[in-house]
Amino acid sequence: MTFINYASREINCKIVYYGPGLCGKTTNLQYIYDSTAAPAKGKLISLATESDRTLFFDFMPLELGTVRGFKTRFHLYTVPGQVFYEASRKLILKGVDGVVFVADSQEERMDANIESLYNLEENLRSYGYDLLKIPYVLQLNKRDLPNVMPTNDLTVELQRKGEPVIEAIASSGQGVFDTLKAVAKQVLTELRKS
Amino acid sequence: MARLRLDSAARLVVLVDKDGQQIAVHGELGELDTTSLASLVAGNVAATGGMAKLIGEREFPTLSHEGERESIHISVIGRVLLVVVFDDRSSLGLVKLRSKQISHELAAAFVEIERESELSNGAEALPFDEITDEEIDSLFSQA
Repeated sequence: MTFINYASREINCKIVYYGPGLCGKTTNLQYIYDSTAAPAKGKLISLATESDRTLFFDFMPLELGTVRGFKTRFHLYTVPGQVFYEASRKLILKGVDGVVFVADSQEERMDANIESLYNLEENLRSYGYDLLKIPYVLQLNKRDLPNVMPTNDLTVELQRKGEPVIEAIASSGQGVFDTLKAVAKQVLTELRKS
Repeated sequence: MARLRLDSAARLVVLVDKDGQQIAVHGELGELDTTSLASLVAGNVAATGGMAKLIGEREFPTLSHEGERESIHISVIGRVLLVVVFDDRSSLGLVKLRSKQISHELAAAFVEIERESELSNGAEALPFDEITDEEIDSLFSQA
């Protein structure tokens, strides 16, 4: 739920990057962090294992600017992608305003994408959210790898509701800000509707 | 919050929403990144709440973390988390006692705020009703 603090004139929105293990969720956040000027960003907090896999979540606050006299701040989170972290993954979705599903474009990761997307729908439902109604973007990541599936095939399999589909190479930043912008725009448009 | 800070000789008192949003802060901020603190406190409470459910408890209403110099005490008051950061000028016992005393007052205040906000619902129109696509786009050029 978007948090509007009238006292400090701030809007805080929570965006969660979801997807299967090793799809590049943390890489998205790392790129945003590395390319944002210091005053606009807070610390990037990574709760990771010793082998650099996300254990609980990554978190980064990002201040975009002022709209209608309100400072607009996005809190970006990732979930742990590995299947056995289900309990903690679900916790991160609490109070979410927008979701980015980061799909791994490699052919052999298709089943993992589908399983994770199904898991996302289930977990959202447990909090009373409907994937078909919340701000949502599908990112097709790792487009630079040799064994990727065609974009059309991935879109047919993974697109749920005509959401924006963005091709990305998160490691080099391609598509990263387009993805963030697409989801942020939907979140702010929701504010207008409400 | 000021009273709790004084009574418990704490360094800092923070109110955090269970979703990780900071609501209010009072005390010696120094270099402390309270946005990250709020997010981690909420994650911590969510994780221990999950553990509580696994063993058949509804939730753990208080959490304490003691460090060598700085410590943290968290009380769950409905949807809101009361966080007290303190050092060796205070003690866990004192912070626990004062937090518990003020939790009842805060719980009553939150109920009142919620009631008032329901009553005034719609009275204060959100300023975003007529937000334009250009305004949204311009946010990204400001960043």
